[in-house]
Amino acid sequence: MTTVTVGLACALVCAAGASLLIGDGFIGPASALILTEIRLPRTLLALLIGGALGLCGAVAQGALRNPLADPGLLGITGMAGLGAMIAFYWGFASRFAPALPLGGLGGAGLGLVCLLGAGGRSLSGPSLILAGVALSALSGALMALALTLAPNPFALAEITFWLLGGLEDRALSHVALAAPPILLGVILLLRLGPALDALALGEDTAASLGQPPARTLRHVAIGCALAAGASAAVAGGIGFVGLVVPHLLRPWVGQRPSTLLAPSLLAGALLLTLADMLVRVIPLLLPVSAAPPLGVLTALAGAPFLIAIARRMTP
Amino acid sequence: MTDAVLTGLDRFNLVLGGVQVLHDVTLRPERGVFLALCGPNGAGKSSILRALAGLVPGSTPPDPRHAAYLAQNARSAWPLTVGQIAALGRIPHGDTAQGPIDGALALCGIEGLRDARIDRISGGEARRAMLARVFATEPRMFLLDEPTADLDPAASHAILRLLRETAEHGAAVIAVLHAVELAAAYAHRIVLVDRGRVAASLPAPEALDAAAAVFGMRAGLGPRLLPLS
Repeated sequence: MTTVTVGLACALVCAAGASLLIGDGFIGPASALILTEIRLPRTLLALLIGGALGLCGAVAQGALRNPLADPGLLGITGMAGLGAMIAFYWGFASRFAPALPLGGLGGAGLGLVCLLGAGGRSLSGPSLILAGVALSALSGALMALALTLAPNPFALAEITFWLLGGLEDRALSHVALAAPPILLGVILLLRLGPALDALALGEDTAASLGQPPARTLRHVAIGCALAAGASAAVAGGIGFVGLVVPHLLRPWVGQRPSTLLAPSLLAGALLLTLADMLVRVIPLLLPVSAAPPLGVLTALAGAPFLIAIARRMTP
Repeated sequence: MTDAVLTGLDRFNLVLGGVQVLHDVTLRPERGVFLALCGPNGAGKSSILRALAGLVPGSTPPDPRHAAYLAQNARSAWPLTVGQIAALGRIPHGDTAQGPIDGALALCGIEGLRDARIDRISGGEARRAMLARVFATEPRMFLLDEPTADLDPAASHAILRLLRETAEHGAAVIAVLHAVELAAAYAHRIVLVDRGRVAASLPAPEALDAAAAVFGMRAGLGPRLLPLS
């Protein structure tokens, strides 16, 4: 446990407490009903999903030895979006509410099968990236196709809005659906520290250190499909958290992939909780009719961060 | 002296992409022996080493706690410190024991660079950091692909003397070396590799003439740089 980890954990507890005090309509303590039905699920989902995305980002960058990797690169997020969209498009979602996240989970599962199938037994970093890019392109094309075939403009708007990502109107049932796969994925990914460190010196060296890269990459794909896939299934496409969080932490905790994992989990949860608080606070403080979607906010905040990091990176 | 931990190659054949890279290669690592693999470019030296390390199809991976492998172009994907690079050698043991790491850095002459970033030191210093990672594992078998690449002449002599001493303390050291004269000066045995076959396996002092033949050259006495002691 480093001081950074402890500091992040303390900040996270404070942020979660504050998140319970901020509602859609007003700031301050709310009745038990509002607290458990609205604010608690939203806070829990922000913690779970933010943590999952931050950790998946750190793991993906370590495993692929690429500082530009993020959970979306593996195509799982896109496939989850496609699955949710299919549930929405065929009208399952209007008859049976959990159909949307369940469709997302199904899409993520299908994406995982494609990823592992494409790599075969000799999964390597480049083959995983190629398969992920192909999956992203495929899911993007199919989503665009579904959008053009959308039955009415209203449905089109609703799908588009969902794809932007957000945590509005999520209930405890969403938490119950997302928590098991996310927690399972997080546990799997947190155990990969030594395997990711070994990969720092290349796939051959990793194998000679007793950490076969194909096994590591398989665990990475499964863990990210569970954690990031379930996140996308309940919250849509929230970008930039997985990409930015490890970059923000490297100056503080160092470059070793294994030491980035726990802090990335905590910092991702903190970042998304704060961003979601901001989403709720903006309409209360500014004269705007609606809050910006969470995914838009993370991208708006993430882009300048990345530019700042790029400027500092030059040796 | 052989033991079960030191897996060797027995009439090993390797075909990669339809090309037979190794033909009937038999090579048994021995504790106490510093063995140099020499031969022309593309002869299959690295493939033999990779087969011993269990990295090619059909080869058996040795126990990673007892066998450590240094790749030809080992580079770190992240700007780790020299100390962190050496600590990677403890991964097979699942610990971060400071003793072996400190010892490895001292053996390779880079204890002063512990906190230096690997991307901000010279190529030769980075190579020694990679070598320290191998020593930190405290293996019984060292598989080193060009351990003296990027090293200046003095450092090359120092590292080769270290490898000979390591072997004499009971380890099996197998290294691909390009500098045949250096190999002849420090190794116990030289295995000459030519076109995927073991052409000869000779005690080092007798190997220079055979080595010259493999390279299509002649052995002679020329100007040389030697260490002071």
